[in-house]
Amino acid sequence: MGNKPMKNTFIYLILGISITLFSAFSVAAPPLKFDNEVQESRFNSLVAELRCAVCQNQSLADSDAELAQDLRREVLNLIRSGKTDDQVKDFLVQRYGEFVLYRPRLEQSTYLLWLGPAVFFLIAALFIGLVIRKRNQQFLEDKNRPNNKDENPHDD
Amino acid sequence: MKRWLPLIAFAVLALLLGFGLKNAGTKNLIPSPLIDKSAPDFNLPLVGQPEVFVSKADLLGTTYLLNVWGSWCVACRVEHPFMNQLSRSGILPVYGLNWKDEPDEAIAWLKQFGDPYSINMSDYSGRTAIDFGVYGAPESFIIDSRGNVRYKHVGVLNQQIFEREIRPLLATIEGEVSGQ
Repeated sequence: MGNKPMKNTFIYLILGISITLFSAFSVAAPPLKFDNEVQESRFNSLVAELRCAVCQNQSLADSDAELAQDLRREVLNLIRSGKTDDQVKDFLVQRYGEFVLYRPRLEQSTYLLWLGPAVFFLIAALFIGLVIRKRNQQFLEDKNRPNNKDENPHDD
Repeated sequence: MKRWLPLIAFAVLALLLGFGLKNAGTKNLIPSPLIDKSAPDFNLPLVGQPEVFVSKADLLGTTYLLNVWGSWCVACRVEHPFMNQLSRSGILPVYGLNWKDEPDEAIAWLKQFGDPYSINMSDYSGRTAIDFGVYGAPESFIIDSRGNVRYKHVGVLNQQIFEREIRPLLATIEGEVSGQ
């Protein structure tokens, strides 16, 4: 009876160590097997531009979260079953939303995102254009005035 | 005009920053694309009764709360008293989606903390949870009697959130059904 707590501690220790070892192993060697290089490169480029929902600043490729591992497997399964890259992305967007795309699509809700920089550029260009024109006019006026002064002596 | 320019710039900046601050608490929440769409199909065994399967079609006809939980999930433990209370209140049935969990551990956990789930499905592989766009337990979905997802809450659900967000929605759903 007196031994039992000790025995339990021992079991927990073994369990703890094996869990640590096992998880380290699973992180180091994700059990994904590719059929060929094309498939692998497609997989790699896809998971690099899909965002992990749990760990929001990592891609599916970078994340060690369990969900990310599951989703990587899912992506590979979809590629295997002959889905195109867009169909794979659709699969995730339908479930997790546009959020998972690191490169959002051009849609009504993302017009500002995509076109915003161009709009700001145009505004800035317009502003600069106006400033330059104003300065040009100023310059010409300034230039004309001394000329007038220069001409004055001739008038004398 | 030129005199006011710094002030205007400051005001715009302050507005932007204020907007950012206001939304700081929700910026990690991903809006679910499933809202107001038909819930994904599922067919899952019950926790503790692996030979009995429950599908989405089996659950049509009642508006229910689907609670995604796991015995490994610490926040679920925090949330659980409210699930027990909600289930007892009889406002709506509470069903469980046991996410990536060992059935034995799930059963032991429910024995310890109480079992609010009149139907408790086991999603051992996590495949159904992916269809539901689950990314962190606990999550709660309201699925109406026609099988549409009407609401999703990520994180611990409590009385306050329930009163503010779910109760009015249940009234709306009630209205739709009786209006038909």
